[in-house]
Amino acid sequence: MSRALITQGPRGSGDNRPGAGVDTGVDLAGIALPSPILTASGCAAAGRELDAFVDITTLGAVVTKSIMMRPRAGRATPRMSETPSGMLNSIGLQGPGVESFIENDLAWLVQRGARTVVSIAGESVDEYAKLAAKLRPVEGITAIEVNISCPNVADRGQVFACRPESAAQVVQAVRRGSDARTPIFAKLSPDVTDIVEIADSVIKAGATGLSLINTLLGMVIDTTTMRPALAGVTGGLSGPAIRPVAVRCVWQVRAAFPKVPIIGMGGIRNGSDAMEFLLAGANAVSVGTSVFNDPSAPARIHQELADLAAAGGFSRLSDIVSRAHREPDPIVLEEPTELDDWDFITEERS
Amino acid sequence: MAEQVTSEVLDNRRSGDYHVLSLTAPGIADIAKPGHFITLAMGGDETSMVLRRAFAIHQVQSRGVYGGTLDIAVSVQGRGTEWLARRRRHDVVDLVGPLGKPFSLPRASVSCVLVGGGYGSAPLFMLAQELRERGCRVDMVIGASTESKLFGVLELKRLASSLTITTDDGSAGARGRVTDVLDDALDRAGADVVYACGPMPMLAEVARIATKRRIFSECAVEEAMACGIGVCMTCVLPVIGDDGVTRMVRSCVEGPIFRGDRVRWADVDTIPADAWGAPGNDERGVGR
Repeated sequence: MSRALITQGPRGSGDNRPGAGVDTGVDLAGIALPSPILTASGCAAAGRELDAFVDITTLGAVVTKSIMMRPRAGRATPRMSETPSGMLNSIGLQGPGVESFIENDLAWLVQRGARTVVSIAGESVDEYAKLAAKLRPVEGITAIEVNISCPNVADRGQVFACRPESAAQVVQAVRRGSDARTPIFAKLSPDVTDIVEIADSVIKAGATGLSLINTLLGMVIDTTTMRPALAGVTGGLSGPAIRPVAVRCVWQVRAAFPKVPIIGMGGIRNGSDAMEFLLAGANAVSVGTSVFNDPSAPARIHQELADLAAAGGFSRLSDIVSRAHREPDPIVLEEPTELDDWDFITEERS
Repeated sequence: MAEQVTSEVLDNRRSGDYHVLSLTAPGIADIAKPGHFITLAMGGDETSMVLRRAFAIHQVQSRGVYGGTLDIAVSVQGRGTEWLARRRRHDVVDLVGPLGKPFSLPRASVSCVLVGGGYGSAPLFMLAQELRERGCRVDMVIGASTESKLFGVLELKRLASSLTITTDDGSAGARGRVTDVLDDALDRAGADVVYACGPMPMLAEVARIATKRRIFSECAVEEAMACGIGVCMTCVLPVIGDDGVTRMVRSCVEGPIFRGDRVRWADVDTIPADAWGAPGNDERGVGR
């Protein structure tokens, strides 16, 4: 057996969960996070509302809703439709604009002591560059996530993450405009023929790491009104329904880039789902749509993941990362012993 | 502040076409105010329904052996509410509440008319009781498509100085809509304030009538929600702020109670061109 032994760490009084002794810290692009569980952009606003249900300072980080240069009203309603094990949304990046975000939302997160990954979105390469410049002097930013894959932008045909050249241009602009010490994660779309090709282009353009994946472009038609269910007609599909697609993307990109930091996301609902992403190669994970179902989901999933790791004989979550890429341990047939199974059980019980 | 609790179903009874569920809600029932709502997760741990459903709080019992319980009215409209209507005593549901901003209450003993459409009368019970305790006169107007879709007629008769009923098909009360009889009801009561809960077209008309008569009105809006706690930006509608600027505001945290004269009813489901951050609205698109 190549697994590490369970090492019992110090336990808090009354904390006798199996995962209590597991080291949940992970390294993400050189940043030590106390937990691999992050919120997902667009699913936690700027953390403040969620803080009533989860102590956001215990999370790996809060990933804020994508911010743009200017205030934005978003798309018309209806903006949401429930789908089997998922939901379709077309919010359209409603937000207060970067200046208000820095002054109010980010200031609150910093004061609260939460690690913050700031997600940015723009309609042009120039807007991304301006956003990077605005954020550059601001203290307290753990990393920047570059949302180049929102399906709810004005011109859906021009999602930056759908072509390697445009994806690279945006990432390059943000890299140039940002503090060199600030890690930059490019958030990619699964709606591409070869996600590894896009990943390759943004890594070469200076992305520190990758966030995988954004929503899939989808559509629902209301059979009563006989019209599209969303005012925006199409929307982004999220939730457990997309998890296998997300795991596949993480797996493919990890196989191609053994070292690149990856934040995995897509339909994570419980600790087992989170573990699946770590096994596929994610260094950390974001919990998104599940927060709508269970506002305390990030903390619950953290616990469940630690418990599962302990049950699997792991003392550190970081040891699980990319483990599914290993060749399986060879099966060793044991020599028959003098005790047969029945005797063994009897002995256990006595 | 809102809490998340595992709630036990204490009772599930029929009331006309609706179900009334009594749920344990320790720490929630005792701080809930008229107009607050709760959300429930549907379908259990392995559910394919990822979104919570929101329900206005109908009644609360803040003390007792269960340490606080609350009632909600459920109208079966889809898979989620079908599942909920099948819950029986001792089943458990995940409950978050109290959520939203409650109705504002007058300091003086004024005359109030409460208007409910369908099971929109459910949250008006707590409001009527609170207003009565403050010495306010309470008159009620409720309506529905048909008699079985009226909610709480008998109890409301006891709560209100007068109860006017309308149905679209004339099966109970006057044939027509609540808004057909509202002017008369406002005259009779000498109304100072109107509160309303029901479908959006009804609210729009109630607000229009109240505003025309220069009567203060508050409406509990019904916008589809996904999270109920203010993080998803699904349930927005155009509302005029104190500064005169229209913003797309979240009905779950800035509402669901809004002043009737502040909601841009005709522009619901759209982004008005002059709204804060609307496409091409450069004047509003800069600064804070």
